[in-house]
Amino acid sequence: MNRLGELERAIMEVLWESSDPMTVRQVGNCLTDRDLAHTTVMTVLDRLAKKGFVRRQRVGRAWRYRPAESREAYVAELMLTALDQTGDRQAALTRFARSVSGAEAAALKAALDTLSATGAGGSWGSPPGRPGGSGGSPPGRQRGGSSLPADGDIRS
Amino acid sequence: MPATVVLLGAFAVSCVPAAQLLAAADWPRRCPVAAIALWQALGLSWGLAAVGALAGFGLSGLTAPGGGSLRRWGPLAMVHLVSLAASAALLTLLCWILAAAVAAVLRARHRQRTLLGLLAHDDPKVPGALVVDHPAAAAYCVPGLRSAIVISAGALNLLDTDELAAVLAHERAHLRARHDLVLLPFTALLRAFRWSATARAANAEVALLVEMLADDRARKRRPARELATALLRVGASGGGLAPAGALAATGIAVDGELTARVARLLRPPPGLPVPIIVGIGLLTAVLVLAPATAFLAI
Repeated sequence: MNRLGELERAIMEVLWESSDPMTVRQVGNCLTDRDLAHTTVMTVLDRLAKKGFVRRQRVGRAWRYRPAESREAYVAELMLTALDQTGDRQAALTRFARSVSGAEAAALKAALDTLSATGAGGSWGSPPGRPGGSGGSPPGRQRGGSSLPADGDIRS
Repeated sequence: MPATVVLLGAFAVSCVPAAQLLAAADWPRRCPVAAIALWQALGLSWGLAAVGALAGFGLSGLTAPGGGSLRRWGPLAMVHLVSLAASAALLTLLCWILAAAVAAVLRARHRQRTLLGLLAHDDPKVPGALVVDHPAAAAYCVPGLRSAIVISAGALNLLDTDELAAVLAHERAHLRARHDLVLLPFTALLRAFRWSATARAANAEVALLVEMLADDRARKRRPARELATALLRVGASGGGLAPAGALAATGIAVDGELTARVARLLRPPPGLPVPIIVGIGLLTAVLVLAPATAFLAI
């Protein structure tokens, strides 16, 4: 990422952390380790305002800046456009797999259990990357295809 | 009416049942590349033939059989004029929807890149990919010149390192082969002909074939089983968001898509015999060349 993009990101993080709208100086003071000029902070805030990520209002003589949306709202937007690929939008982003629901989800879970039950060794022994006890489906051999009560009732 | 116009008209009309046949066929899963080429040829052929037939019919009525003089104006001439106008309208529409689809795609990607620049971070578990802190399991790529692979924190927790590597291999295959460019005309067609079951079937089928193509590529680098379990986990994770309803509302057949991919990974079907692939290739060439030459002969 270029320097400007990185600055935008750092400044957005400062604004997201703060509960109140901030002046340019206050934002600059939160980024002292970067040794930024006042005008640099102002320029970046201006850019962010033009892009619609930041709103500003005049309080007294100084402009105060606040994020247009919360961080979570932007994350949700990102994921929703990625997940909600309704046919005519899928050329923009290519998804790995759709999440399915109901009967097919139940069938997939059953297939996963069967696969983990039959798979001797291989990549299924002890996944190194998985945090212990994540509550998912550990590759336990005792799990059969019948452990799907939660999804079974979705089917009409 | 000249024979070429009749030929073009027949071509345009028969493209629809041909597309339905192709959508229902089993062999595309055994050779996605050939099937995708055939879908592209079918789409192009339909466009050329439909525009050409309308234009040819219109022109044939406006010029006398022998010379270039206009016939007497009458109801029949009006029909020909309407046909000519329809041809121009269809051509404009097809070009317009493609341009609109390109614009929409570029806009969506730009927004994604901007947001990713503000929100995403790296993670050593998925080198080269961007991680977004969201509990839903998702993995996708943003194609383009500045492409990106995005993995959600939910997917990072759900999948083990081998599965994540398989997912990355799959997404890199999409990016490297520019599968988005394959999808683009079909999604554009869907935007214009949303009511058409054939357009929906074509779109869904090409999307699935492209996924299978990327699965095949990933399988060359990683064990098929890793990819299969990754697909199963992500598919069964429920998403955690609302799109299931949105997907159902579009009426696009997504049922069984994941199951088909997993089954194909775990028990790969035999490839098509070479003579059949050659035959499909010839058919593809004829599909494009026949209406194109007829088009030029008008």
